Amino acid sequence: MKNFRWFVPTLYILFLMAPIYWLLNMSFKTTNEILGGFSLWPQAFTIDSYVEILTNPVWYSGYLNSLTYVVMNTLISVSFALPAAYAFSRYRFLGDKHLFFWLLTNRMAPPAVFALPFLQLYSSMGLFDTPLAVALAHALFNIPLSVWILEGFMSGVPKEIDETAYIDGYSFPRFFVKIFMPLIASGIGVTAFFVFMFSWVELLLAKTLTSVAAKPIAAVMTRTSSTAGYELGLLAAAGVLTIIPGAIVIWFVRNHIAKGFAMGRV
Amino acid sequence: MGEEQVLELQNVSKRVGAEFHIRDVSLRLEPGSLNVLLGPTLAGKTSLMRLMAGLDRPTEGSVLVDGKDVTGVPVQRRNVAMVYQQFINYPTLTVYENIASPLRLSGVSKAQIDEEVQKAARLMQLTEFLDRTPLSLSGGQQQRTALARAVVKKAALVLLDEPLANLDYKLREELREELPKIFAESGTVFVYATTEPSEALLLGGNTAALSEGRVTQFAPTVDVFRQPVDITTAQTFSDPPMNTIEVKKAKNTFHLGEAAQLVVPKGYWGLPDGAYTIGFRAHHLLMSRPPETTKNNPLKGTVTITEITGSESFIHVSCAGQNWVMIARGVHNYDPGDAIEVFVDTRHLLVFDAEGTTIHSATEQQAA
Repeated sequence: MKNFRWFVPTLYILFLMAPIYWLLNMSFKTTNEILGGFSLWPQAFTIDSYVEILTNPVWYSGYLNSLTYVVMNTLISVSFALPAAYAFSRYRFLGDKHLFFWLLTNRMAPPAVFALPFLQLYSSMGLFDTPLAVALAHALFNIPLSVWILEGFMSGVPKEIDETAYIDGYSFPRFFVKIFMPLIASGIGVTAFFVFMFSWVELLLAKTLTSVAAKPIAAVMTRTSSTAGYELGLLAAAGVLTIIPGAIVIWFVRNHIAKGFAMGRV
Repeated sequence: MGEEQVLELQNVSKRVGAEFHIRDVSLRLEPGSLNVLLGPTLAGKTSLMRLMAGLDRPTEGSVLVDGKDVTGVPVQRRNVAMVYQQFINYPTLTVYENIASPLRLSGVSKAQIDEEVQKAARLMQLTEFLDRTPLSLSGGQQQRTALARAVVKKAALVLLDEPLANLDYKLREELREELPKIFAESGTVFVYATTEPSEALLLGGNTAALSEGRVTQFAPTVDVFRQPVDITTAQTFSDPPMNTIEVKKAKNTFHLGEAAQLVVPKGYWGLPDGAYTIGFRAHHLLMSRPPETTKNNPLKGTVTITEITGSESFIHVSCAGQNWVMIARGVHNYDPGDAIEVFVDTRHLLVFDAEGTTIHSATEQQAA
């Protein structure tokens, strides 16, 4: 038995990695080879699909649009959630517990429910087809999540630290930026990660609220279908490039995430 | 910084919901004075300190500094320093920056900051740790960092809330001796909260005995210890707890229930007959007959438990229906249930009336 302990995890990891490998494999093949038959690695290795994506503005603007609204959304969500979470963590006010719970219930409705009202509202306000429209729509889900996560981290900081800072003469804004935010840096990192990922993978609102100018990458991908059929190599390469930003963000916050899980709020 | 000021609390109350944390407290703390807030946990020591500091606003009453009402003034604009029982420092800053923090915000020159920080660090034996962060230090070093921060500020009001409670014995002894000296020099109003009567006595100065949010007595520490105004203060200022029993005075005898009695000490001869409560500290319960009380018969009791510290034994005695504690020198090894004869040193007896107010003996009144 002892010698086969490696077997189950290895099998699991293989299954886990297989689709990712296959995507990578496909992205370096020509569409003809993909459709032609089964091969474990590219027989005619090509990076044409990547060159096409990175040089054709229609393609790479899709990435830029996506990144724009994702970054905007992350900034909006975290900067609004920070003071809100501080209030929930430090002050008692009328209905604070109910409000805190209500925030979470915002995430119980599927985003699709809000697609129509957002579309109508943004169209009439001239926000339609702008990155800001998507960023604001995602904030509806991300701010409650951010408040929830950040509150957990903030409550882990004893309030006597706040008071010591006030006694030392810190004003509130100065204390918050100089003392408090460094203390919950990992919390901010974890929050930013979750917000980023939600916004990055969310398709429905992003597609509904944009048409041409702010088209996200997921919508651009539909371009690969043509009268000649699907350009599968191109699609695979686009898929690989979509995974990369998420992977980078995970790499940066990998140490903090464990802490976030330990705090019980992630 | 460094200027002298009188801190006054006038009929201050703090209510949270329907519950009084502080109830009608009036105190006047002079510059350069050492003041001990003595009381058990939840007596309101921390609440009172927070009101003094300006961290909380009193529900009623006002806080005055040099006669000026500062009740609503935020803590940033009060000249205070505070150290908590928990070791509170800025975890992301170095020890140096932690100590320098109050100076950085008051526009002191860099050279002077450095001088002050080095001086405070030497005082608190932190010089070699200045570049480390607080969480990499031991508990004692962390608390010394917090104390050093309070030192450099040279505040007019220094509040220490059980600062030594979480430290080890030796460090506690050392710092307890140092702290009053460090803060005394600058004419500071120094306030020190503690649960331990012995700590209050070692610190000296004045003591405010706190119980359930009230200051029951505020006087020089030794006076509060020797002449508590009531039974609550006496209990607050007694460790182990003061031994008490309800008695009936008839002529010159206190009757302790059916069987036992004590001769009323001389100072209380003028007391009208009736019901009283008497109290005496653990070290005034003796195993041998004290001088001048020859007329008293020993009280018979049984030992419930014996705690031996080495130089002293704490013997818990069940006597006349009460549980008393006796401190005796040396090691006394009684088994639970052993019969024992004890003597009350009635020269140090405290007598309280039905409301718990202390009745001073005639000899005390003469002395006063």
